[in-house]
Amino acid sequence: MLTIKNLHASIEGTPILRGINLEVKAGEVHAIMGPNGSGKSTLASVLAGREEYEVTEGEVIFKGKDLLELAPEDRAREGVFLAFQYPVEIPGVSTTNFLRTAVNQVREYRGLPALDAVKFLSVMKEKMKLVEIDQKLLSRSLNEGFSGGEKKRNEIFQMAMLEPTLSILDETDSGLDIDALRIVSNGVNQLKSDKTATIVVTHYQRLLDYIVPDYVHVIYNGRIVKSGTKELAMELEEKGYDWIKEEVNAASV
Amino acid sequence: MSKDNKILEELTSKDYEHGWSVDLETDDAPIGLNEGIIRWISAKKEEPGWLLEWRLKAFNNWLTMTEPVWANVHYPKINLQGLRYYSAPKNSNKPKSLDEIDPELLQIYERLGINLNEQKRLQGIAVDVVLDSVSVGTTFKETLSKLGIVFCSFSEAVHKHPELVKKYLGSVVPMTDNYYAALNSAVFSDGSFCYIPTGVRCPMELSTYFRINAANTGQFERTLIIADEGSYVSYLEGCTAPQRDENQLHAAVVEIYAGKNAEVKYSTVQNWYPGDKSGKGGIYNFVTKRGICAGDHSKISWTQVETGSAVTWKYPSCILKGDYSIGEFYSVAVTNNYQQADTGTKMIHIGKNTRSRIVSKGISAGKSQNSYRGQVQVMKRATNARNFSQCDSLLMGDRCGAHTFPYIDIQNSTAKVEHEATTSKIGADQLFYCNQRGISTEDAVALIVNGYAKEVLNQLPMEFAVEAQKLLALTLEGSVG
Ligand SMILES: Nc1ncnc2c1ncn2[C@@H]1O[C@H](COP(=O)(O)OP(=O)(O)O)[C@@H](O)[C@H]1O
Ligand SMILES: [Mg+2]
Repeated sequence: MLTIKNLHASIEGTPILRGINLEVKAGEVHAIMGPNGSGKSTLASVLAGREEYEVTEGEVIFKGKDLLELAPEDRAREGVFLAFQYPVEIPGVSTTNFLRTAVNQVREYRGLPALDAVKFLSVMKEKMKLVEIDQKLLSRSLNEGFSGGEKKRNEIFQMAMLEPTLSILDETDSGLDIDALRIVSNGVNQLKSDKTATIVVTHYQRLLDYIVPDYVHVIYNGRIVKSGTKELAMELEEKGYDWIKEEVNAASV
Repeated sequence: MSKDNKILEELTSKDYEHGWSVDLETDDAPIGLNEGIIRWISAKKEEPGWLLEWRLKAFNNWLTMTEPVWANVHYPKINLQGLRYYSAPKNSNKPKSLDEIDPELLQIYERLGINLNEQKRLQGIAVDVVLDSVSVGTTFKETLSKLGIVFCSFSEAVHKHPELVKKYLGSVVPMTDNYYAALNSAVFSDGSFCYIPTGVRCPMELSTYFRINAANTGQFERTLIIADEGSYVSYLEGCTAPQRDENQLHAAVVEIYAGKNAEVKYSTVQNWYPGDKSGKGGIYNFVTKRGICAGDHSKISWTQVETGSAVTWKYPSCILKGDYSIGEFYSVAVTNNYQQADTGTKMIHIGKNTRSRIVSKGISAGKSQNSYRGQVQVMKRATNARNFSQCDSLLMGDRCGAHTFPYIDIQNSTAKVEHEATTSKIGADQLFYCNQRGISTEDAVALIVNGYAKEVLNQLPMEFAVEAQKLLALTLEGSVG
């Protein structure tokens, strides 16, 4: 579904990603871990098409298409979803109104008829249960004054509404207490299928107890320096990242 | 009399003879402005003597006045002698009913969300249409007259309700008020008139649509709304003009009178032609709007969505004379390309326990300049006056400007006046967030802007609000990315 080959990207002339290679197949869950500042969010942003990042080398193929050629909205319409680490506030625009615009634009791109208000609300009701989100929250201005947990829950709710094929969750666990973590993970798990894939960005193994990854990758200094299975995450939890840094630094001498 | 004035007078009295020589059969006044033209207009409309006198007095006042220059707008001087001051659709073409109005015109109205056909009329909005200088038709007259409500063209009111016109004309905006108001008082052609009798709640929205059609024609309409004791009315005003290379002048006057316990809501969606992308053409919109809360516990509320015109100069105001009276001003002013807007309000607190609320949302894009100018005045007698002002500016790009000029004048120490102001930009973060959800940049801008303006749009009657939203999006098309 997704093939990333030798991806290099920089911001304001500073290289951040320095040759990422990754293959994600339908039905898989990949966890991306790594110390703060290693480039995890940058990778997520580049995949989603944030303009500030300049791709200097490499390619990304998504469902057979050159993803980097597509505008960010078209990537979304093709099925790429990013749950933001820091969701943005839009004053005066309710989540409901925002999502209705989004869902119908995505549907139009996919050749589906627009949902009328009644149909939209019934779909919404159904998806609300997935993340146990309250109708009241959805009527408020998007993310304005939301608690950290509410924001993250709202991101997963949006994911449920947009039915993406590739979901990238950037630190969705941060700021969640244990109950919220369970609810959010539960939502993500229910949305998984053999036709979709998930990339979970986190630096705690905690989340991976709930969303069990098929593969775990460690990013350090803009490269994937280690890949493994769930056991790798356990090892990181136990030993931290220093041993990986040492390994990488030793190898580069 | 100064020498200049003498010369002027000589010139005008000369032109006056010339003015009379014009064939009354034609429906266009000759180009130019002088006493003769004013007599011509008045005669054309078969006005009573007192009104002609009133016009002439206004004209003579106007001659002594100079064009104001304090507003933050820049435009080449308008050649007032190069304009035509009256242009009626030719009798043969003049629609006898709304159903006969030019389909192209109907389309333009429809784009604005104004549907003049029967279906829409059934939804309960009474409409008066002003084409160029003349009111071409008013719907729902009979339903309204059963309640004693008068809603008709200004000219008709002059003939059928002279006592009301005589009593209130110029009572809120005196003919000497300002340069453009004086000019309007001299040459106004038509407009809408509305009277709601004591204790009557007008059961439908009353609405007027103004359209400038003819080239080189100034439009000077006059609107007078009188809400007698304990009455209520919601009034809508919409405007359009075709695209023309040359600038066209529009200088209207709106007067509102609210008696004891009366309430008037006045909503405007202004969509005059703003000029092209390079700043060529467009309407110069110099409007004087003022309401007086004459009685105790009365309320006047102005809501405006200003998207059009090359230059806008407009300050809908409230004189809060009655005790416990309330004035409100809700405004969204959008400027794009080379548009300039200097708009705001004046709240004049005279009565005790008077309250006013100002919510102004400016949106600037392109190379436009958007100024808010607001005055809150609390007079000596106005014990316990309250004002709250919220003035926000939203910038799109970095070549436009937003300016805020609040003036506060307090002569009573019990007054409480609060002013809040913010300036923000549409952030790349917000746009990217929308894009990531599959929303195009244009639609993202529309969504964000409508969210920003929501508090004001919420004040509009439902149908108007939806159309105003579309209009905002239309105005800002192509302003980002
Ligand atoms: N606008 C920017 N200008 C320069 N450096 C940046 C900018 N944004 C992020 N970075 C740097 O890029 C690196 C990777 O950041 P990020 O992808 O957010 O890391 P992570 O998500 O793994 O914590 C960090 O060193 C960060 O400081
Ligand atoms: Mg990050």
